[in-house]
Amino acid sequence: MITIQNVTMKFGRTAAVADASLDLAAGDSLALWGTNGAGKTTLIRCVLGLLRYQGTITIAGYDAWRDGKAARLQVGYVPQELSFYDDLGVGEAIAYFSRLKGLSRVGVAEALDNVGLADHARKRVRELSGGMKQRLALAIALLGDPPVLVLDEVTASLDAVGREEFVALLERLSGSGRTMLFASHRIEEVAALARRVAVIEKGRITGVEPCSQFVAKLGRGAVLHLHLAPRVRERALASLRQGGFAPSLNGVGVLVPVTPEQKAAPFRVLAEARIQVDDFELVSFAHAAVMAANREEARS
Amino acid sequence: MSAFAVLSRPLAASNAPSLLSNVGVIARRELRDAIRSRWFLLYTLAFVVLGLAVSFVSAAGTGGTGLSGFGRTTAGLINLVLLVVPLMALTAGAASIASDRERGMLAYLLAQPVTRAEVVLGKYLGLALSLFASLSLGLGTCAVILAWKGVRTSPSSIVWLAGLSMLLALGMLSLGFLISVLARKASVAVGTAIFVWLSLVFVSDLALMAGAVALRLRIERLFALSCANPLQVFKMWSLHAVDASLDVLGPAGLYATEEYGRWLHAIFAGCMIVWIVVPLAAAALVLSRRSPL
Repeated sequence: MITIQNVTMKFGRTAAVADASLDLAAGDSLALWGTNGAGKTTLIRCVLGLLRYQGTITIAGYDAWRDGKAARLQVGYVPQELSFYDDLGVGEAIAYFSRLKGLSRVGVAEALDNVGLADHARKRVRELSGGMKQRLALAIALLGDPPVLVLDEVTASLDAVGREEFVALLERLSGSGRTMLFASHRIEEVAALARRVAVIEKGRITGVEPCSQFVAKLGRGAVLHLHLAPRVRERALASLRQGGFAPSLNGVGVLVPVTPEQKAAPFRVLAEARIQVDDFELVSFAHAAVMAANREEARS
Repeated sequence: MSAFAVLSRPLAASNAPSLLSNVGVIARRELRDAIRSRWFLLYTLAFVVLGLAVSFVSAAGTGGTGLSGFGRTTAGLINLVLLVVPLMALTAGAASIASDRERGMLAYLLAQPVTRAEVVLGKYLGLALSLFASLSLGLGTCAVILAWKGVRTSPSSIVWLAGLSMLLALGMLSLGFLISVLARKASVAVGTAIFVWLSLVFVSDLALMAGAVALRLRIERLFALSCANPLQVFKMWSLHAVDASLDVLGPAGLYATEEYGRWLHAIFAGCMIVWIVVPLAAAALVLSRRSPL
């Protein structure tokens, strides 16, 4: 359904994506896994025909650049954060995108019901919470029943509850036969949604493997999600690096991979640097491995 | 919540919306947004108020009646249009794509089954219609109030002025779009648009005068240089259409009337079409080659 062949995309002299090749059959679900700046979002933007690239990308046989319109007709896209006219009504937004997708019948109520927003049709987009906006983006993505879903770190800016609800919604979708390509650096999300994982580092795809195998390889460790105020994030990154960790930024703070013995250590480092932690979550790889194994068993 | 449909079949390319359909959908959205916005209301109000002020002051100088009175009124309105319409159209065009890009809306829109040319054309059409609405409201209100107050107006002058103002608005909107696709930020785009407006309104006039004296420009070259400025084209065409004589412009006007005579309408129309088509085509080309991010 999606074929990516030797795709390279450069910003100036720097290759954001270097010689990437992937193949997704119909109904496949592939996660792009990597740290911030690894090239996940750039590759997704190439697939959508937003960025010019060298190489070939086809979606259902249509070239993503030359036949961009026909290729994008096959795709429902959910970005990290919905950027849209804030003063537009929720129902109006659905109607607008239905027309842009060439749908003669605008099923506003049905589209909103699919994502649990039926009671919010009369609200303005700006009145929706972050989680609701993402649901609206998903409702828009599903208009016209496209066979492909492309998701770009869709839960990165959501709180824990919003994220859990959104992932549950996506889990229901993943069984609907659609092909899913998504970027994430949340292991529990990958374990819940992906059949395969493509690891991307500095723009290069370093490996593609079944999800359960990928999660099992991560071992007994965990990822600490630290919620920090935007103004202290860069300082926190520097302090954690000095403390011997390999942190990366995400939508609400920083992610720190930790071993079972050093789960509290990042807090000590940040306290010494006088950086306040607003909230945290600990996602264990072992738990994600169980999730992935259960899903694989359910599929077979 | 209902169950999601089970689906994996590709959709036929023939299901994709046509160019006309997408341009229409985007234009309607743009028109609605523009009409709801404060700039539309402010510009229209300012245009009506200034138009009425200019009209009454001009009419008062000739006793308030007679076609000669309206000739002065028209001249006043031409000068008003020269100032206000380019500012309106340039800033509206400059803000359109740059602000959408800055807010991430352009990338989201282009991730749908829509081409970049459709986005440019749709936005252009929507903003052009909103400018038409604003100008019609402004000039129409002026004409109605002047007629009501007993200032005799020539309907053909008003129609010419309205038509030419709209052509000027289209040209300036195209230029605004070109600025918009080239600028990275909306604030830079609007700032550049205001600079271009100042240059076209004030600097080019002064430069032309200074150039004519310092370089002793020949009269035909002076006329050709005037045609390179869409505002000058509008001014010459309006005067020619309303008064049928460009004598008021001095030697260059006399030369144009004598040399080109009845071809002047075609010359001015050609210049305006170039100013409408070339920047808009350039804007579509630039957007097709640049990242929308």
